[in-house]
Amino acid sequence: MTLRPLLSRTVIVERTGSWLLDLVVFAAVLAGIYGLQVMTRYWFGAMTPAAEISRSPRALPLYAFYSAVRIAVAYLLSLLFALGYGYIAAYNRRLEGLMVAVLDVLQSIPVLSFLPGVMLAMVALFPTRQLGVEFGAILLIFTGQVWNMAFSFYASLKSIPRELREAARIYGFGKWQRFVELELPYGAIGLVWNSMVSVAGGWFFLMACEMFVLGKRDFRLPGLGSYLQTAASAGDTSAIFWGLGTMVGVILLIDQLVWRPAIAWSDKFKFEQVESGSQPSSAVLNLLRRSNLLERFRMAVMAPLAERISLRTARHPEIAETPQPPAHWKMVAAMVAGALLGGAILYSLFQAGMTLKTLTRPELVSTLQGAGATWARVIASLLIAAAWTIPAGVAIGFSPKLARIAQPFAQLAASVPATALFPVLLLALIRMGGGLGVGSILLMLLGTQWYVLFNVIAGAMAIPTDLREVADVFHFSQWARWQTVILPGIFPYLVTGMVTASGGAWNASIVAEYFHFKGQTLQTIGLGAQISSATDSGNWDVLLLSTIVMAALVVGVNRSLWRPLYRLAQTRFKLEG
Amino acid sequence: MQAIIEARKVEKSYGAEGEGQIQVIAPMDLAIYPGEILAVLGPSGSGKSTLLRMLTGLARPSGGEVIHHGHEVGGPCENVSIVFQSFALFPWLTVLENVAAPLKARGVPAAERNTRSVKILDTVGLDGFENAYPKELSGGMKQRVGFARALVVEPEVLFMDEPFSALDVLTAENLRGELLELWQSHKMPTRAVFVVTHNIEEAVLLADRIIVLGRNPATIRTDFQVALARPRDRKDARFTNLVDYIYRVLTRPDLAPSMEPEPAAAPRAKPKYQMLPHAQRGAVAGLLEMLADHNGRDDMYRLAAALSFEIDDLLPVVDAAVVLGFARLEEGDVEITATGRAFAEADILRRKELFRTAALENIALIREITRSLEARADHTLPDGVFEDLLDEHFSEEEAKAQLETAINWGRYAELFDHDSDTRRFFLPEEAPAAPESEAVSH
Repeated sequence: MTLRPLLSRTVIVERTGSWLLDLVVFAAVLAGIYGLQVMTRYWFGAMTPAAEISRSPRALPLYAFYSAVRIAVAYLLSLLFALGYGYIAAYNRRLEGLMVAVLDVLQSIPVLSFLPGVMLAMVALFPTRQLGVEFGAILLIFTGQVWNMAFSFYASLKSIPRELREAARIYGFGKWQRFVELELPYGAIGLVWNSMVSVAGGWFFLMACEMFVLGKRDFRLPGLGSYLQTAASAGDTSAIFWGLGTMVGVILLIDQLVWRPAIAWSDKFKFEQVESGSQPSSAVLNLLRRSNLLERFRMAVMAPLAERISLRTARHPEIAETPQPPAHWKMVAAMVAGALLGGAILYSLFQAGMTLKTLTRPELVSTLQGAGATWARVIASLLIAAAWTIPAGVAIGFSPKLARIAQPFAQLAASVPATALFPVLLLALIRMGGGLGVGSILLMLLGTQWYVLFNVIAGAMAIPTDLREVADVFHFSQWARWQTVILPGIFPYLVTGMVTASGGAWNASIVAEYFHFKGQTLQTIGLGAQISSATDSGNWDVLLLSTIVMAALVVGVNRSLWRPLYRLAQTRFKLEG
Repeated sequence: MQAIIEARKVEKSYGAEGEGQIQVIAPMDLAIYPGEILAVLGPSGSGKSTLLRMLTGLARPSGGEVIHHGHEVGGPCENVSIVFQSFALFPWLTVLENVAAPLKARGVPAAERNTRSVKILDTVGLDGFENAYPKELSGGMKQRVGFARALVVEPEVLFMDEPFSALDVLTAENLRGELLELWQSHKMPTRAVFVVTHNIEEAVLLADRIIVLGRNPATIRTDFQVALARPRDRKDARFTNLVDYIYRVLTRPDLAPSMEPEPAAAPRAKPKYQMLPHAQRGAVAGLLEMLADHNGRDDMYRLAAALSFEIDDLLPVVDAAVVLGFARLEEGDVEITATGRAFAEADILRRKELFRTAALENIALIREITRSLEARADHTLPDGVFEDLLDEHFSEEEAKAQLETAINWGRYAELFDHDSDTRRFFLPEEAPAAPESEAVSH
């Protein structure tokens, strides 16, 4: 392609993309169109809420495709919601406090507790089409993905430097330009990392979201999650391994095709004044950047489109913006809406209270016992995670050589969902004679220890060499070294990792403590098991009670334990230059 | 002459109306006229930047009004630009995209945007860097991009908020010179420049008119024309006289600014707590030693030059020496006192003693903390008590800073200590660990 005349003073490397590359891109586009067709035909077909799940490996490609689409759609919804919610929370001063508090509570509610409401509503909305059930499952995955993304975008918006904001204001940026050139780029890195965590969470809960019993109704959607669960229920080991292999493959593929390029691309949004030493890179991204076809598409379609939007939304100087006093009717409307909402909340609280009144004493006792048991498990899993990840993470972080070897492996292990491994784990445990009580701790651990490990590695890397040299020069003993240099140095990172892991562990309890295996239901005492079995048997008041208990516990622990530690990490243990 | 932007009785205060309200800027009148470079000088915390933001419409005044061509300003002004101290470039946009962004906001089509941006980049000497990202540029080049972005919209007034203070001395000098050249050769279509700075020489080099602000709250101390011909020579006697005069105005906040000897100021009620200057006592000691070497008296301007300090760095140190009674100010000169000389010549331990006496005698806050601690049976008090007291006299932020300085000085004087975990003051011999170790020894 020719150089733009304007840029003739700078040298642009001639595009070197081969026709082969363009062919690949072209094929990918065609495949996408075909996939869309398959999906629409299935979605708008007649409703089969309890599909027969085949255990043949041949069914796997289609199942994997269905599951991937579900997760992708749920992710896109999450992204849109996160952008909207974060934006409103950051700019509407009156709603801000409320919206952040709502976010805090919602993220502590486990996926399954949303299930009955979401599912029944969706089926009622599309009574005859598969779309209803399908959309219910997607919304479930959505509820597991969206909160941390919304919070990340909100926090980014709030931390945009003042002078950048002022520059945007004084140069008259309209809302659209401010969004594309300031707010979205500033939030991009946080959004990308949180997206990865969210999507991993989506895979984690896939089994729970694709196949479940709701009272007397049986819901089964064709997909990888239901395949794995069916295989586990039947005790079909070879099918389990086939399903597992497929899932790992899909996850690795997505990691390479989506997340690596996204991370490498988002590096340009890093808010830094000086270029940093190492930058993430992605071969796929480089290829995409070099594709002639995509470049043509960008120049011919995207660029003019962006131009048109920006011209359309530009503020014209002659229409000067004057701050308008809030209109009277708007105030009234807001008050009426607030009153209606408040009334609705009060009414449903009252109804919930009435529901809870029918609880029997044993149900109450078992919920409290379950809460205690799950709490103990969460603590145990956190302790085990800390016990091995701190030494391992510090060793990796201190040794560049070790880091180069270990990091890809750790990332690989982290991206494999623990639920997929669970059937295998369970088989081994049963063979060794352990029960689900211990097994569930292991499952929580599998899902959450990576957050701690990665944070500890990052923390160890961030300890300045000077401090480590001080320890060398004065011949610190191992103990003194850990006490004065290493532990304080990684503390902020450790707290961040533990907070994430603890939230994840609570949420994981619903799949870890209750499991269909070889035609029977394995369960142990726990809040998660309580929620799962209540969903299965349609026992709404127990479901409601255990959800409230879990949300209260998570929010309570966040407020009373993690928040003070967080503050300590940000004041006393902050490494400043 | 018709002013372009005019502030009438604008003021700014924070906090709720009533007793807790803190006034940052007292009602002031100010106008920007076509054809002039107007510099506003003031010590840090004097509200210079707030003033700039009110004039551009970025911030709303708490009282009074800002008039732009006869209309009251309600939001960000049309047709003005700001060059920011931190450059405020968008790191994810290339140099060209950064410069074109304001044009995009005005709906200028792509082709015209590019020609105009490239042209202005040529003017500021950045041709060839169109596709670079800001992080690849040095500080001086980043600020050139800042200038290009400000000038590309052909602003009527160019506002600059400490535009050179994030740059090293040589780069700043170079950029200042080029700015003046653009201005004098009318290569920039701007009708007036408003620059906020704390660098006195910079103001005298650039400005046609200088306004000096006082602080707590900000008031206009003096407003005068600079009649020196350009290019201005730093060594010129008239130049140094002007710099000296501004130093005098800045260092004597209690006196009316005038070139004439001032009439005696009316005695004012002494406030309960004086404002503690936030200076490290090591710097105070250094200043006193230097004064002792210079026959006990020196000119502020020369001192600053010898230390290569800016006024913002030197003033708090001098203020600290003055409130402690180690030095006094006279006609822009600093003179060491007898105790100050004794301090400069003493050894480490003797210095501590002298400092303790001086602090107890002169600093109300330190005296009060010490007395209160001594009066308590357990010799300890939460620091919130004093913060609340200070809150009545200072803004919340300043109250914290005051307390921090008091802690710093009190520790050095060994008058009291402070535990930042429990946020309590205690007398040094009452350190929490002490009783325990005594118990063990029994």
